[in-house]
Amino acid sequence: MTRTPVLAARDLRRSYGRGQNSFDALRGVSFEIFEGETVAIVGKSGSGKSTLMHVLALMDEPTSGTVELSGTDTRRLRGRVLNKVRNRTFGFVFQQFFLTPKATVLDNVTLPLTIAGVPRSERRARGMAALAQLELADKARSKANDLSGGQKQRVVIARALVNQPRIIFADEPTGNLDSTTGAIVEDILFQLNRETGITLVIVTHDETLAARCDRRLVIRDGELVDETRRAAA
Amino acid sequence: MKTTDLIGTAVSNTFRSKTRTLLTVLAIFVGAFTLTLTSGLGTGINAYIDDTLAGIGASDIMTVTKNADTATDPTSTEPEKYDPDAVQSGVGPATTTVTALTPDDIDELATIDGVLEVTPVISVTPDYIETESSDPYVVSIAGVMEGQSAQLAAGSMIDDGDDLELLLPTSYVDVLGFSSAEDAVGATVTIAITDNEREQHLIDATIVGVADETLASPAGAGAVANDALTDALFDAQSTGLTDEEADRYAQATVRFADDATDDEIADLKQNLEDAGYTGTTVEDQLGAFTAVIDGIVFVLNAFAIIALLAAAFGIVNTLLMSVQERTREIGLMKAMGLGSGKVFGLFSLEATFIGFLGSAIGVVLAMLAGTALSSALSGSLLADLPGLTLIAFDPASIAVIILAVMAIAFLAGTLPAARAARADPVSSLRYE
Repeated sequence: MTRTPVLAARDLRRSYGRGQNSFDALRGVSFEIFEGETVAIVGKSGSGKSTLMHVLALMDEPTSGTVELSGTDTRRLRGRVLNKVRNRTFGFVFQQFFLTPKATVLDNVTLPLTIAGVPRSERRARGMAALAQLELADKARSKANDLSGGQKQRVVIARALVNQPRIIFADEPTGNLDSTTGAIVEDILFQLNRETGITLVIVTHDETLAARCDRRLVIRDGELVDETRRAAA
Repeated sequence: MKTTDLIGTAVSNTFRSKTRTLLTVLAIFVGAFTLTLTSGLGTGINAYIDDTLAGIGASDIMTVTKNADTATDPTSTEPEKYDPDAVQSGVGPATTTVTALTPDDIDELATIDGVLEVTPVISVTPDYIETESSDPYVVSIAGVMEGQSAQLAAGSMIDDGDDLELLLPTSYVDVLGFSSAEDAVGATVTIAITDNEREQHLIDATIVGVADETLASPAGAGAVANDALTDALFDAQSTGLTDEEADRYAQATVRFADDATDDEIADLKQNLEDAGYTGTTVEDQLGAFTAVIDGIVFVLNAFAIIALLAAAFGIVNTLLMSVQERTREIGLMKAMGLGSGKVFGLFSLEATFIGFLGSAIGVVLAMLAGTALSSALSGSLLADLPGLTLIAFDPASIAVIILAVMAIAFLAGTLPAARAARADPVSSLRYE
């Protein structure tokens, strides 16, 4: 393949602590993710999958190895530039919704735009568009606290979409939802991938969710032990 | 994040935990309220002193006394040698002895570098003052120094003409049988004065004005005479004395350039000192007075600032709790690309806004309370001090108080804000 991967891990290592107490969360993980792919990072808790996601999302620095973003070595990104790249490139969906409970749904959704310094009127328009996409336009004025779990996760997805990122990181997106609601949220995510070509990186221990992705990366004890490609892809 | 969004977010975050914010604001309110009142007290009293400063004398005037030839030790119990030129000045325990100034001294003073004009201060001690229809009352009478003025309740200021004129203090209006201050203006009073041969002289003078008895009027609670009347009284008093005996003055006033700098005034004092005299300016006389008031206000302000410092710890506590509560939110915002500087700004702005709320409410209420209090007091307890607004406010010091409280609040906010700014997004997001 001659395409440049949108995201590439090159021998990522991450250790915590020093000396006898040191713990290696990642022990040399390498893989490539291409534009428009859906990738599941699967593993038991403590396997290092969350650490991997944090390193990939540039929230954490690897002890050694590099993360390449569209062929650029991200180690050179620092401070303001790094913040801007993170703001423009990534969207986040977390298991705990991390919504500001007393703020309105619209304010929650437009948070990435506020951080980016987008003018108020444009924030509003783009926020409403993202909410409409997730059929939540009528809830824009409600407080985030007053929504059901499924609605909250849809708000979170709207927030992840609002800055039109190239990659969405989803950390156990259905972990806090019942199976019916979880299935709806899954459908929304895969539909987004199909319709907008957005790259999806899902961290999960749910095998059925992982099976819907183009690729499964299985992490065990900080190492990539298995990589399976879905037959249909 | 834009600055306006940053401020807006900080302000709305302030109101997220209303009870906690309210309590912190209350603590600051107490400090700001006290500070405003105490500094208002200083402003009010000092403004009153400034207003009445003109009553004590112009700023280009110095009072000069002659130093005693031999300094006497006040603690000495040895018999003291007689000094024929000694003049007692002051009364009671604070009595000091100065050497009288003779016409020769006056001439000498005029030659001292920096002195523009010398006027001997004539002191007269009348026996009583009366009108045709009243009993005699004891009175003290002083001349007016150049540049002095009085706060008049009625009539006009005395002038330098040949007519014998005087300003009557307000407290003498009733006892001398006048119905009002206006009624007294133009009336004639008789002043009795005894000479050295124990003979009493009666001198008639016209009341041209009635003066308020301010803290610093030219004669305290006494009447003020123009030069013509002072001379007439002095002549009557000196009857039987030789010219040499009569022309003795406890003090003289010296006028210097009205644009003299502090250094030039210090030089003049040194020149006077070298020639054997002591010069005292109005500032010197007031110095002790304002120093006492400034001292009291300083102590009161110190208490208010202690209250503000206690409130500052309240801000630290409130914001630390707030940072703790919002750890995940901070982590999320940082994950979404909010820089540490902006996170710091968000929390320190929140602290500053709490400081602004507390100080603005405190200042406004203190101004209302202070105004009400001083108008109530000026009608009752302080009625004898006309023109005194006990608690006054000037916009500059009010602005300084608000800004200072906001600065204190900002400083208090830096610790929690720095903690929030340092937060690592990964561990913040894991925080349960």
